[in-house]
Amino acid sequence: MNLGPHADFIVAAYAVTLFVVAALAAWVLLDYSAQRRILGDLEERGVTRRSRRKG
Amino acid sequence: MAVIDLANPTRFLRIVDRVLPWLIAATVVLFAVGLYRALNAPDDYQQGATVKIMFLHVPAAWLGMFGWVLMSVAALGTLVWRHPLADVSGKAAAPIGAAFTFICLVTGSLWGRPTWGTYWVWDARLTSMLVLLLLYLGVLALYWTAEEPGRGARAAAILSLVGAVNLPIIKFSVDWWNTLHQPASVFRIGGSTIDPSLLTPLLIMALAFTLLFIALHLAVMRNEILKRRIRSMRLMQAQEAHA
Amino acid sequence: MNPLAAILVRDMRLAVRIGGGAFMGALFFLIVITMTPFAVGPDLALLARIGPAILWLGALLASLLALDRLFATDHDDGSLDLLMMGGVPLELTVAAKALAHWLTTGLPLVVVAPLLGLMLNVDMHALGWLTLTLAAGTPALTFIGLIGAALSVALRRGGLLLAVLVLPLTVPVLIFGVAAANAAIAGPTPFGPAFTILCALSLASLVLGPIAATAALRHGLE
Repeated sequence: MNLGPHADFIVAAYAVTLFVVAALAAWVLLDYSAQRRILGDLEERGVTRRSRRKG
Repeated sequence: MAVIDLANPTRFLRIVDRVLPWLIAATVVLFAVGLYRALNAPDDYQQGATVKIMFLHVPAAWLGMFGWVLMSVAALGTLVWRHPLADVSGKAAAPIGAAFTFICLVTGSLWGRPTWGTYWVWDARLTSMLVLLLLYLGVLALYWTAEEPGRGARAAAILSLVGAVNLPIIKFSVDWWNTLHQPASVFRIGGSTIDPSLLTPLLIMALAFTLLFIALHLAVMRNEILKRRIRSMRLMQAQEAHA
Repeated sequence: MNPLAAILVRDMRLAVRIGGGAFMGALFFLIVITMTPFAVGPDLALLARIGPAILWLGALLASLLALDRLFATDHDDGSLDLLMMGGVPLELTVAAKALAHWLTTGLPLVVVAPLLGLMLNVDMHALGWLTLTLAAGTPALTFIGLIGAALSVALRRGGLLLAVLVLPLTVPVLIFGVAAANAAIAGPTPFGPAFTILCALSLASLVLGPIAATAALRHGLE
C-alpha cells in the first residue's frame, strides 16, 4: 500500500490513536480485575453490604 | 426494557456482563471492515493519502463532543430526575470523551502538517476542540479531588451543564475571533462534498468508534459500581468493628 | 437595612480590612503588566500592539486569584452555612457577595487599567474605550468565577482547581473584550458589535452565575 510522501504522518496518526485506545482499554481491564479481586477478598472474609441483624 | 429497569445496579451489572462480549465482538468486526476500507480508500485529489487520517480524526471529533452531551444528559439525570446510575454514567463518560478529544487534536495536528504546512493553526474548530479538552480536564480534576463519590458527582454534574451551555457560546466566539484575524493564506480541506468512496469508510469507522465508546463506557460504569460497592462494604466493616 | 444590602456591606468591609485582599488584585495586575516588557522586550510598537491583550489577560488572572476568597472564609467559620439557612434566597445572597467582590476586586482593576495602559504605550485615545471594555467585562469574570468558587469550596481544594475550572468558561469574555478594545484602537471592525456582545455576556453571567453557584453550594455541601 502506497501511503505517499507523507506516510510518516499517517502512520503516526494511526499509532497515536491505537495507543490511546489501547491505554484506555488497558486501564479499564486492569481496574476491573483489581476491583474483582478486592471484592473476592472482602466476600471471603464474610463482609457483606447489608449490616448483620443483631440478635 | 425500560430505562427504569437499569436503575438497579445489580441488574445493570448483570446486563453489562451479558451484553459486553457481544458489543466488543461487534466493535472488532466493524473495525476490521472499516480499517480495510479506510486503508484501501482512494487518495484525495488534493491531499493524497493523508486523507486517510480523516477516518480517525472526524469520528474522534464527533465522539469527543458526544461524550460531553452524554455527560450533560447524565447531569440532568443526577440533579433533576435523581436516577441512581446517572452520576455513574457521567463519571464514566468523562475520561473516554477526553481521550477522543485528545485523539482528535493530535490526529488533526498530524493531518495539518502535510496539508497546511503547520502542526497547529488557530482554526475555529481546532480551537473550540482545545477548549473542550480543557473543560474535560476540569471535570476530571473535580472527580479526582472529590473525597466522596457522591459529592464530586454532583459538582461535576453542575459543571457539565454549565459547560454544555457555554460550548455553543465558546464555538460562536471562537468563530468570530477566527474571522477577525484572517489567516495569511486561505486553507482548504479538499472538496466540501465527500465522495462516496471516502464517505463509506468514514461512516463505518465512525460506527466502529461509537460502539467502542459504548463498550468502554459500560465497562467503566461497571468498574465504578464495583468500587462503590467495595467502599460501602468497607464502611460497613468499619462500623461493625466498632459495634 | 435590607438583608441583601447588609451582606453587600459586610463583604465589602471584610474585603477592605487587612487580610481581605481587596487591593491585592490591583497590585497583582500591576506586577503582571510590569513583567510583560521584561518577557516581550521593550519595543514600544510591539507593546502597543499587544497592550489590550496583556491588560485583559492580567485582569483575568487577577480576578481569578482573588476568587477563592469569595466563599472560603465564610465556609471556614461557618457563616456560609448560616447564609444558606437564612430567609433570603441563596441565589440573591450569592449575587450580593459576587457584587461586593467585584466592587472590591474588579473595580480597582478597571480604575488602574488606564495607568497600566500608558505603561504599555497603548494609544491614548483608545485608553478610555479599553477601560470601558474592562468595566463591562470584569463583572462577567467575577460572576463566571463565582461558579468555580462554589464548586471548589464544596471540595475544599481551591486555588489551582478553581483556575482550571473557570478559565475555559471565560474564553468568550476574553475574546470579545480584546476584540472590542482592539477595534477601538485600530480595527477595521467597529467597536459596537464586540462591545455589545461583551455586555450581553456580562448580563447573562449575572443571572446564570448565581444560579449555578447556588446549585453547586447546595449539592456540594449537603
